[in-house]
Amino acid sequence: MAERKILLGNEAMAYGLLEAGCTLAASYPGTPASEIVGTLAALKRSGSIAMHVEWSINEKVALETALANSYAGRRSAAAMKQVGLNVAADPFMSAAYTGVKGGLVVIVADDPGPHSSQTEQDTRQFAMLAKVPVLDPLGPAHARDLLHAAFELSEDYEVPVLFRPTTRVCHARQDMEIRPFRQEQPPPRFEKDPARWAATPKFRFLLHKQLNEKLDAVSRDGRLQPVQLNPAARVAQAAGVIVASGAVCAHASEVLKDLGLWEEIPLYYAPMPFPLSEDFLTGLLGQARRILVLEETQPVMEAQFRDRTKVLGRLSGHVPRQGELLPETVEGLVRVFAGLPEAASPQGAAAPGRRPTLCAGCGHRAAFFAIRKAFPRGIYPGDIGCYTLGLNLGAVDTVLCMGASISQAAGFYHAFRDSGQNSRPIVATIGDSTFYHAGIPALINAVIQGCRFVVVVLDNATTAMTGHQPTPAEGKTLDGRPVPKVSIEDLARACGVRHVSVGDPYDFQAFTDLLKAAGEHTRDPEHGGMAVVVARRPCLMDRKQPKPDRKPVPAINDKCQGCGFCITHFECPALVFHGKDEAVTVDDVLCSGCGVCVHVCPHDAIQIPSQAGKESNHS
Amino acid sequence: MKQQIILSGLGGQGVLFVSKILGEAALARGLSVLMSETHGMAQRGGNVIAHVKVFEREREREAGGPDPVMDPAWHASPLIRPGHAHVLLALHEEGVKAHGHFLSPDGVLVCNRTPRTGPGDVDATGIARRLGNPVAANLVLLGFAAASGALFCSLDDLRRVLEALGGPRRDANLAALEAGSGAGDE
Repeated sequence: MAERKILLGNEAMAYGLLEAGCTLAASYPGTPASEIVGTLAALKRSGSIAMHVEWSINEKVALETALANSYAGRRSAAAMKQVGLNVAADPFMSAAYTGVKGGLVVIVADDPGPHSSQTEQDTRQFAMLAKVPVLDPLGPAHARDLLHAAFELSEDYEVPVLFRPTTRVCHARQDMEIRPFRQEQPPPRFEKDPARWAATPKFRFLLHKQLNEKLDAVSRDGRLQPVQLNPAARVAQAAGVIVASGAVCAHASEVLKDLGLWEEIPLYYAPMPFPLSEDFLTGLLGQARRILVLEETQPVMEAQFRDRTKVLGRLSGHVPRQGELLPETVEGLVRVFAGLPEAASPQGAAAPGRRPTLCAGCGHRAAFFAIRKAFPRGIYPGDIGCYTLGLNLGAVDTVLCMGASISQAAGFYHAFRDSGQNSRPIVATIGDSTFYHAGIPALINAVIQGCRFVVVVLDNATTAMTGHQPTPAEGKTLDGRPVPKVSIEDLARACGVRHVSVGDPYDFQAFTDLLKAAGEHTRDPEHGGMAVVVARRPCLMDRKQPKPDRKPVPAINDKCQGCGFCITHFECPALVFHGKDEAVTVDDVLCSGCGVCVHVCPHDAIQIPSQAGKESNHS
Repeated sequence: MKQQIILSGLGGQGVLFVSKILGEAALARGLSVLMSETHGMAQRGGNVIAHVKVFEREREREAGGPDPVMDPAWHASPLIRPGHAHVLLALHEEGVKAHGHFLSPDGVLVCNRTPRTGPGDVDATGIARRLGNPVAANLVLLGFAAASGALFCSLDDLRRVLEALGGPRRDANLAALEAGSGAGDE
C-alpha cells in the first residue's frame, strides 16, 4: 500500500509541482502562500530534487524568471500571496499576451477574512483582467491533483494559468497517498520569435486576438467544466441550484449533507471559475429555478451570468460583500435559500481575543522604544512584516504595502516642508527583507528629491513573519553554493545616502545615540540629507541564528508602583501586569533575558540581578 | 464525522504541535483527518486556534475511476462550525472565552486552568513546571484529555506517535504526556 501522509495544503501543492515535472519554482514569501516554495526549498537544501528553487527578491522578479524558463519549454511555477500579484501585475498582464511554451502555473493564494493581509482582493478577478484561466481547488489533496490539470491546460493552449487557493486550502492539512515525483527534465529549447517574445504594439494587437481565441477554447475544454457533486439531486425538480468554487464548495457540501439537503439541492463545483463556458451558463439558466452562487471574495462566477434575474449572490445582495464565507455563514445562506428556519445561534459569540504582539526579546521592540525616545512627536511610517506590530507601541503610524514606508515618509516630508514646518521629525521603519523587496527605489527617490528623514532598517537577518526565509544577505543559494552577500549599508550608500550607521538595539543607549546622530544629519543645513540607521539584531525565533548571551531574568524592586508604563509603552509579553498599584512580575518562561526593559521603567524598578564579576547592565 | 476537536491557545503554546500529534494518531488508526490552523501575524502571541476533524476513511478512489472531484473525501469543510465541536482543548483559559462558542452543548471542555473549576480542568502549566519543562503544558493537557476518555484515540496511540516522532525532546514529551494522564487521579 502506498505511504499515506498528512500534508499541509501548501505542502500538497509543492508535491503536485514535483509530480507534474515542474523544473523551476520562484517565490517571495507571504502568508498564506509561503510554505509552497518553503517545502520545495527544504527538499532542495537536502539535495533531493533537481528543480531550481528560489526565494526571489520580489514577486515581479519571481514571475519573470519563471516565465522565461517556460519560454524555454520547461514547466515552471511562481508562487505568491494575493498582494504579491499586485507587485507582479506588470509581467503577468503581458505574459498573457506572449503566452508560454512549457506550462506556467502562477499560484496566488487569497486570504478572505483577511487573516494576514492588507486586502481581501479576489485573484480570480486578476484572471479576468488579464484574460487567463484560473483554477480554484477544494482542499489540500484536490489542489495537488488540480495542479496536474493546470500544467496540461497551460501547455495545450500556450497560456499562463492562475491557480488560486485560499487560506483554508493553503493552511488545511489532509491525509493523502504519497506519489513519486517526476524526475526527467526536458532540455531547454528557445526558439527565437521576436513577433511573439518581443512583440511591438502592432504585433501585440495580434497577440490579443489570439489570446481571445485561446480563452474561448479554454472555456469549452471538457476537462474543467463545472461538475455536479450530488447527481442524485435533479436540477429540473429542485427549487434551486448552488454553484460554488474553492473551499466554500467544501463548506457547502458538508452543510447540505448535515441539513439533509444533499439529494434535494444540486451542488455544482466549478474547478475553473473563469472562464465559464457559455453552454454551462445558458444551460443552467434554462433549467434551474434559482441559482445561488457561493464564491470568495468577489462575484466572479456570478458576474458571468448575463441574465441575473434568478441568480443570487453578492451582486444581488444575498451573500455578504466582504469577509470570509465561513461554514456557519454558508449554513445561514443555504438555510435561507432552502426555506429552512435559522440555525439556533451558538452559545455566546467569541470574546475579543488577545492582539498579536512582538515576541519577548524581539530586537524590533527595543528599536521602536528607542525611536520613540529619540524622536518624540515624530511621524512614523511603517511597513509590512512582524514589525508592523510596532503599532501597539505607538511607533507605527501608517502601513500600506511593501516598501511604502520610505515613499510615504517622503510624502509626509514634502507635506510639512512645503507648508514651512520643518520641525516634525519623520522616521520610517522597514524590515531587511522588505527593504530589498521594494525599499530601494523609494530610497533613491527620497535622496534625489532632496528629502531629509531617517530610515531605520530593522535587520533581523531573516524574513521572520512568514517563517524565516533567507534574505539576500545570506550569501548562499538554497543548494549551498556561495554567492555574494548583498549588504544593506552598501545599498544605502549606493542609493546616495551619506549618513549610514549600524547598531544593535539591545545596546540601548548607544543605539539611541545613533538615532539622534542620524536625526542631526537630517537637520544639518549644509551637509545634511537622508540618513539610514540599520538596527541589527537577529530574530530570536530563527533557529539558524546563534543564540544571544542571556542576561539573568530581571527583578522588579519595590519602586514598582504598578503604573503600567512598561506594559503600554514596551508591551513585552514577559512583563505581567496585575492592575494599578500592584507590582509587575516577570514571566520567567517567556523572558528571553535581553535586558532591554531596565531602560524602560521611569521609576528604575526593573533591575538585572548582577552576575558575579560581570557588569550586569552595559548601557 | 467521528470527532471534531477545537484546540485553542496563545501563540507559542504549541497548539499546532498538539494538532499534528492528534492527526498522526488518527492516521495510525486508519482514519482520515482534515485540519485547519493559524499562521502569520496571529501566531505572534495572539489567540491561536486549530480545527481537527477525524472521520472514517472513504474507500480509495480507483485509478481511471470517475472524475477525481467526485471523491467524497474532498467534500468536507476544513473548519468546524460554532456549536459543533465534540471537544475543546484549551491550552489557556482565555481560549474558553475566545473559542468556547465552538463547543457543542453536549461537548467536553478540557482546560488548562488553576484553581480547577470542574472535572475538565487541570493545572497543566503547574505540572509541566514541576517537570522542569514549562513549555510542555500542551502535552500534559493532551495526556489528561486522553486519559479522561474524551478523545477518539487512546493514551497508547499518542505515546506511539511521540515515540515515532523521536527527536531530542522525545523523553521529555513522553514524561509530560504521562504526567498529564495521571493528573486526573490527584
